Amino acid sequence: MNIKKTSLNNLHIKYGAKLVEFAGYQMPIQYKDGIIQEHKYTRSHSGIFDVSHMGQLFISGGDDLTNDLEKIFPADLKKLKTNQSKYSFLMNNKGGIQDDLIITKTSDGFLIILNAACKYNDYEVIKSKLDNQYKLNLDESLSLIALQGPEAKNVLNKVIPGCDSLKFMNGNNYVYKNEKVYITRSGYTGEDGFEISIKNSDAETFVESLIENGSKLIGLGARDTLRMEAGLCLYGNDLDNDTSPIEANLKWAIPKSRIETEFVGSEVLKNQFQRGVKKLRVGIKPDSKVIARGNTKIYNDKNQEIGKVTSGTFGPSVEHPIAMGYVDNSYSTVNTKIFLEVRGKKIPANICNLPFYKKNYVKGEINV
Amino acid sequence: MSEVKYSKEHEWIKLDGEEATIGITKHATEMLGDIVFAELPEKGSNVDKDGTAGVVESTKAASDVYTPVSGEVIDTNQMIVDDPSKINEDPEESAWFFKLKIKDKSEMDSLMSKEEYEKFAKETSV
Repeated sequence: MNIKKTSLNNLHIKYGAKLVEFAGYQMPIQYKDGIIQEHKYTRSHSGIFDVSHMGQLFISGGDDLTNDLEKIFPADLKKLKTNQSKYSFLMNNKGGIQDDLIITKTSDGFLIILNAACKYNDYEVIKSKLDNQYKLNLDESLSLIALQGPEAKNVLNKVIPGCDSLKFMNGNNYVYKNEKVYITRSGYTGEDGFEISIKNSDAETFVESLIENGSKLIGLGARDTLRMEAGLCLYGNDLDNDTSPIEANLKWAIPKSRIETEFVGSEVLKNQFQRGVKKLRVGIKPDSKVIARGNTKIYNDKNQEIGKVTSGTFGPSVEHPIAMGYVDNSYSTVNTKIFLEVRGKKIPANICNLPFYKKNYVKGEINV
Repeated sequence: MSEVKYSKEHEWIKLDGEEATIGITKHATEMLGDIVFAELPEKGSNVDKDGTAGVVESTKAASDVYTPVSGEVIDTNQMIVDDPSKINEDPEESAWFFKLKIKDKSEMDSLMSKEEYEKFAKETSV
């Protein structure tokens, strides 16, 4: 299979990217400054992320669309106003997460942002569950650019005036070079920021203008350390087919109004809401400088295995190793002492609150 | 007169009489990226040629550090444990990893000269 390139591929090379294959695409893991500098620049100024490998699925056509989508997703789509976004899940019948995604109500339907590695499968699953009644367009003529950080609103406003009035988890249409762009205020870094859906042919000049206004390209390496500090899950690491949103500690994303209703996986979730879960996703802070990566085994003080790390790194802003993972629910309380098996040694650590780094979102009227 | 040689695992070794100082090359640090953790062998322990004698971790991944020769660990560099970013800054001088009392000087013979290593690094990097 050929490795795909995004419309920013030439720009990545121009700015000195180290390119790697990720989900079938050639993507920048880092640029010349390196992961730590890129991470810190995003936290202090603003960073540009090419996330064009992610899926942009537009669904439209038919009055029953909202109803039919609610049979798939556990989000309260009926209450969603036009241009409002919600974090939700595509689940299997066992309540396991097949993908985590963002659903935005558009003027004629919905836009769903899907993870790159899941997007083609998601498309097929959603299409079959909708019985081919609606128009589905996984639009690959569009790029997706994230601009994140405290300076993001100032930088973007210089290029596309007016977007600074958007509230968190809301979007709208704007114009760039006489072409429509769709911008949402959202992101994956724990910072204020935007995601801009733009025609492939305009993506390069758009990103160059963000750079001229003081922003920098940031690679997937820093994207990973930023999201971990923000306590956000990476599908495939922290979420998978065998893990439910309740176990993933993402109960907040299942609105109360939907718990008693039917959707794919609802039986399992209802049961878990009532009876609780065996394993739970937690934040983990090692006592020392040792880094516990994904798949590190977790033990209690009696040397019994109680869980597994799913993501771990060094947090450049918190200046300490950080991790998240799943433990037996009886060990999920904050400050519980646990042990991480790294290179044959048991490293002491504590269960801690997420996020590691405090969020800095611009709050809107909606409650996430 | 000290002699500096290089291994295929991207370590450098400087021999002064019986004392060998070992660290990782600048090329290695460039491949690893930002180093955020270093673990060194125990002082007084014995290490064997090509055996594991430490770990470095970047933001991306962990990598073993190997010793290019056998010997007894007589000193370790606490500076790089306290501040691993020093390894990126000055890998071939102040950010050395450990010192050995070398067991068999003939183990140096199979290692590469600076010119040979540079050629090797160029050929093996992507």
